[in-house]
Amino acid sequence: MTDTATTKPAPPEGKGPDGTFTANLKHIIADLGKNGIFLALIAVIVLFSITTDGILLRPQNISNLIVQNGYILILAIGMVLVIVAGHIDLSVGSIAAFIGAISGVFVSADFLGLPWWLAVILSLGVGAIVGAWQGFWIAFVGIPAFIVTLAGMLIFRGLALITLGNSNIGSFPEEYRALGNGFVNFPVDIGGGETVDPLTLVVGLIAIIALIVQQFRTRNGRVKYGQDVEPLTWFIGKIAIFAVGIGAFAYALSVFKGIPVTLIILALLVLAYGVVANRTTFGRHIYAIGGNRRAAELSGIKTRSVDFWLFVNMGLLAALAGLVFTARLNLAGPKAGDGFELEAISAAFIGGAAVQGGIGTVGGAIIGGFIIGVLNNGMSIMGIGIEWQQAVKGLVLLLAVAFDVYNKRRAGTAASR
Amino acid sequence: MTQNILEMRSITKTFPGVKALSEVTLEVAPGEVHAICGENGAGKSTLMKVLSGVYPHGTYEGEIVFEGRTMKFGDIRESEAEGIVIIHQELALSRYLSIAENIFLNNEIKGRFGLIDWDKTTDEATKLLARVGLNDDPNAKIMNIGVGKQQLVEIAKALSKKVKILILDEPTAALNDADSDHLLDLILHLKGQGITSIIISHKLNEIKKIADSVTVIRDGKTIETIRREDVSEDRIIKGMVGRDLEHRYPDHTPHIGEEVLRVEDWTAHHPQDSSRVIVDKVSITARAGEIVGIAGLMGAGRTEFAMSLFGHSYGSRISGKVFKRGTEIKTRTVSEAIKNGIAYATEDRKTFGLNLIEDIKRNISMASLDKLTSMGLVNDNEEYKVANEYRDTMNIKAPSVLNATGQLSGGNQQKVVLSKWIYANPDVLILDEPTRGIDVGAKYEIYTIINRLAAEGKAIVVISSELPELLGICDRIYALSEGRITGEMPVADATPEALLKLMTLEKQR
Repeated sequence: MTDTATTKPAPPEGKGPDGTFTANLKHIIADLGKNGIFLALIAVIVLFSITTDGILLRPQNISNLIVQNGYILILAIGMVLVIVAGHIDLSVGSIAAFIGAISGVFVSADFLGLPWWLAVILSLGVGAIVGAWQGFWIAFVGIPAFIVTLAGMLIFRGLALITLGNSNIGSFPEEYRALGNGFVNFPVDIGGGETVDPLTLVVGLIAIIALIVQQFRTRNGRVKYGQDVEPLTWFIGKIAIFAVGIGAFAYALSVFKGIPVTLIILALLVLAYGVVANRTTFGRHIYAIGGNRRAAELSGIKTRSVDFWLFVNMGLLAALAGLVFTARLNLAGPKAGDGFELEAISAAFIGGAAVQGGIGTVGGAIIGGFIIGVLNNGMSIMGIGIEWQQAVKGLVLLLAVAFDVYNKRRAGTAASR
Repeated sequence: MTQNILEMRSITKTFPGVKALSEVTLEVAPGEVHAICGENGAGKSTLMKVLSGVYPHGTYEGEIVFEGRTMKFGDIRESEAEGIVIIHQELALSRYLSIAENIFLNNEIKGRFGLIDWDKTTDEATKLLARVGLNDDPNAKIMNIGVGKQQLVEIAKALSKKVKILILDEPTAALNDADSDHLLDLILHLKGQGITSIIISHKLNEIKKIADSVTVIRDGKTIETIRREDVSEDRIIKGMVGRDLEHRYPDHTPHIGEEVLRVEDWTAHHPQDSSRVIVDKVSITARAGEIVGIAGLMGAGRTEFAMSLFGHSYGSRISGKVFKRGTEIKTRTVSEAIKNGIAYATEDRKTFGLNLIEDIKRNISMASLDKLTSMGLVNDNEEYKVANEYRDTMNIKAPSVLNATGQLSGGNQQKVVLSKWIYANPDVLILDEPTRGIDVGAKYEIYTIINRLAAEGKAIVVISSELPELLGICDRIYALSEGRITGEMPVADATPEALLKLMTLEKQR
């Protein structure tokens, strides 16, 4: 009944002694292999920290990275689920533009002038309806998502332009704009013109504690059910690395302006969708459908219904991305959301999603999105032109997927041996 | 003594863990129609794949002598160049191309500058079509002509390649009677022109009609070659099924209870061609603790019956009634069927049964996630525990339940499929070819599992084309032919001969 007894796993398949150096090493290597994408993100960050003389890691730039990429990351969350189910969505950029325009009409004093919260709710509602429209054609009429969303890309871009009536809608209320560029903070002067936001530090601390508690609970649950777990030293080491990362991140935010509202939205979404993907029947059904649609059908999974709700969800998230983007620019314009779909799709694939479906994670898509974000940001700081940025991003996407394919093929031959 | 056109000498072909062919010998005289008979899985198709180079030289042992020369085909093009052409059961035609385009696919008639000479193509196609007795427009699309005519187009394509030996794998399986007769006449007509044919079939009346000699294969071995004058259905059947039935099946003492499943007048039509009846007024019953067999040859409508019953997963215009313990139930969707206590384990586990990129654990829980869910969240520790229990009780050989099912052997994959359905806890379990592609040891384990489920009071329906298997494990057997139940017998009264007769019983013409 002692602590050592509970943390000591009862390995069912006779693993070597727990905590030895080789056992640790084996787990570290296995983890690195599984988290190659995470290492890629770190590599990109290190690379651009050097090439930008550290500008990349300045507090203001870290804060900007979140705010500038928030809407792509929101889209990537929905996109990876769509891709896991074996579909694609090309229309999210146009939907974001359309919802941005609609929300402008709702909230702008020149038009309806609704309260900001009502405008947000209505806009999200319209997004869900747009998603339902596309989901209907895909799930119940059986038209490939590529075609339906290609059509949607044109339809909703057109509707966005019609809504805007050949002009921009701008100047929104403060609360609405906060979605895109607001911060939550209580700055305290620490002398020398520098300020620190204690709230951010507290939230960072809470996040670290939550991480530790969650990790240990998961581990203990596994031990209780006799599952194989990694050696305690490596387990703690890993948590320590993440804790330091979160701490540094929180400190960087606290000395700039505090917690961006976009980050709060994003954090809630990542947590919620992580649970949806792994722990709900809906999420499990998405993976089952992507892995083998017929087998899923013959196991009683309502594949059409899953497809439908998947696109409703994508419409909702595209609407949210549109709101965040419009709020950030304080302007709903005709070019909004241009190319968002490609960045979101790239994020999902760089993050390890499989083109054939069945494989992909929300976390991977977020990291993939950050890799694109750091590339954009780093190259911009270096003053590299937009033309080279495009080419480099394309190349990174290609190499990332090629690496993934190569890895899987190697794993496949190793398994069949 | 006449020189044989083709001799396959002591052909042995081994797949990992399975000896598909063992010292098989086939001798074909020039200009004859030679039939190859055997049960599904006896090795007929494998033998023809060896002959046509699908399994290239070096992957088998033995010798192929064609027109006095030893052949070492590296692929199918080399055998076709020699005039050995195989027409597979699944026709290899492109639906959206015309008849003429299909005939000369990858064999195009080229004119000046290497461009295709369409006039000559059409002209040649017309001549070839006349030889097979088809007077359709050579520019008609394949999708717009019937299956019977498509079969003839395949033969015309073979003729365009200067065929010497034409191999037909179950050529009439998908044809109606008129088309079948026409095809058989054509084979005899081509024989008149000196073309040798090898026909794989288990339709005994057809074989009697056209074959000059019959080679019977069983369990990957040649049993005998029968000359035309000695051919009789009884002799062929005896050759096909006569094998040792001892000790291949675990003992099973039935404790049969009340009726659990009753299906009445179940009818289903072809999904695209809704005028074709595939399942024809099938009525069956199954009782608690009973193992009921459905015996039928390929194309008899076995799988189609089961899948149309299981959530209307196959077919169109489905009608009939299903009762469970005397109360009528509906099975219009798979989830409705599962909810009503019916489960169906598919014959094609890789295509329809498993998510091969996912682990064992998630495959087992796929049909019953609700059981593991509380407050909207799946308890993955509980899921792991359940999967481990099944790994132990079903003896699934894998290092961990977190291994992907794609890496497992056929037998272990089948155990995962069975685990999935046992965990769903149905009252009726329909098993479609539960031991297909599984080695003998694993087969015995599967039979033991089936017995255990029956002993627990479930009603089991086993669909199989292997008669010894049905006779070895079932309590009662239905015979299915051309979508109809043609007979029913308790296993004590059943013999392979009697069943095979019912399974090949054709409709009154």
